[in-house]
Amino acid sequence: MTRTALAILRKDLRIELRTRESVPAMALFAVTVFVLFHFGLDRDSLDGALAAGILWVTVLLAAVLAVNRLFVVEREQGGFDGLLLAPIDRTAVYVAKATALLLYLLMLELVAVPAFALLLLGVDLLPALPELVAIMLVADVGLAAVGALVAALAVETRARDLIVPLLLLPLLVPVIIAGAAATEPLLTGLQTADGLGRWLAFLGLYDMVFVLLSVGIFDFLLDD
Amino acid sequence: MTSALFGRGLSALSIATVCAIAAAFALVFFYAPLDADQGFIQKIFYVHVPMAIVALGGFMAAGVMAILHLRRRDRSWDMRSYVAIHLSIILGVGVLVTGAIWAKASWGHWWVWDEPTLVSFLIVFLLYCTYQPLRFSIEDPERQARYASVFAIVAGAFVPLNFIAVRLAEAYTHPRVLSQTGGNLPGEMRLTFLVALGAMTLLFVTLWKLELTSKHAAEQLRKLRVRLELGADERPAQSGSGYRAPAAAARSASS
Repeated sequence: MTRTALAILRKDLRIELRTRESVPAMALFAVTVFVLFHFGLDRDSLDGALAAGILWVTVLLAAVLAVNRLFVVEREQGGFDGLLLAPIDRTAVYVAKATALLLYLLMLELVAVPAFALLLLGVDLLPALPELVAIMLVADVGLAAVGALVAALAVETRARDLIVPLLLLPLLVPVIIAGAAATEPLLTGLQTADGLGRWLAFLGLYDMVFVLLSVGIFDFLLDD
Repeated sequence: MTSALFGRGLSALSIATVCAIAAAFALVFFYAPLDADQGFIQKIFYVHVPMAIVALGGFMAAGVMAILHLRRRDRSWDMRSYVAIHLSIILGVGVLVTGAIWAKASWGHWWVWDEPTLVSFLIVFLLYCTYQPLRFSIEDPERQARYASVFAIVAGAFVPLNFIAVRLAEAYTHPRVLSQTGGNLPGEMRLTFLVALGAMTLLFVTLWKLELTSKHAAEQLRKLRVRLELGADERPAQSGSGYRAPAAAARSASS
């Protein structure tokens, strides 16, 4: 299964490298949203709860773009037929897609977080960077797990572009609660990671539940 | 759909529901004491909280039914799951409206963000509102049932997780002194609450069975009508076989 998943993942990353469709769009979108927030809030620099909230809302909205595109190649170019005809474990498809989404999200954050620090953030981010990276990694696993499942659920519907955000964003509310609450003390300038362990534990629980659930249930989405 | 008899016991269940609701209202108005701080408006508690519990229970039960559908590959379980979610969404509207009325009366605002149960409920409600758009934007009926079941399972697992997250976020800023349905209700209030909860559960089950019966009957009627229309043309040639065979015969004859 690992080899199959790796092969599908390699194919997806190669397509992304050649077409440059998802990640640049997500990064551009994130920077645009920062600009929107600058004008919408009429603030030059942010800190604390407001900064954490804006950072997480932007990441979640950018993730919607990638989730929308995740299975489109398969759907439009007939890749599904190939995958279904091949004697492979369906779970490998899910693992590959979720991993691809995870990598896209990490690349997005590689652009979005420095851009956020540069454009909007009023406090120095460097001392809090290790904690922020840890939070983002754990949150991204959950995001990718839920995102790949929602992408597969929505790809066969007539109104895919409408279904994805409506389905994905409520499912990600726990991620934004935990992510924003854990990030908030890091962005106040005071270096007290208050309650960080508890939020990381909760995000870990969220990741575990949705990874296991998706692996168990994904077969039924490609079952024809 | 198999030949499950959804209508069995429906009339007895309906009578029990009417009695339970009458008993619950009688207890609420004549037996339960007035709340010392909130006065009469606190009575909405006996509608609001049972409704919320039954709606959440309905969502979770729909998840279990969806698992049964995927395991047994029996479409009738998908229908059960669909009707349970459908009714729970309707109850959910009631929960949000009664919750807002109660909040306005006792705290002065239509909506309060520091009441974790209410906030969690709103998030769950928003998620389940996507069930119908998702379901009905898939054309193939078999795939529709499968995808709807996957949604019902994922959302059913999401309900407790979401409650934990919102509770954690609130516990952070507002320590919670007493739980909503906790053990510190006086005896008369607790009895009234339990009867109201039982009545609401019965109401849910009755409506659920009623809608299943009606959907099942409509489906049977549609099948009979199709068979009747086709049978009128093709009866001499294709007597006794199902309606699919005459349909195929008609198609090949016309082409």
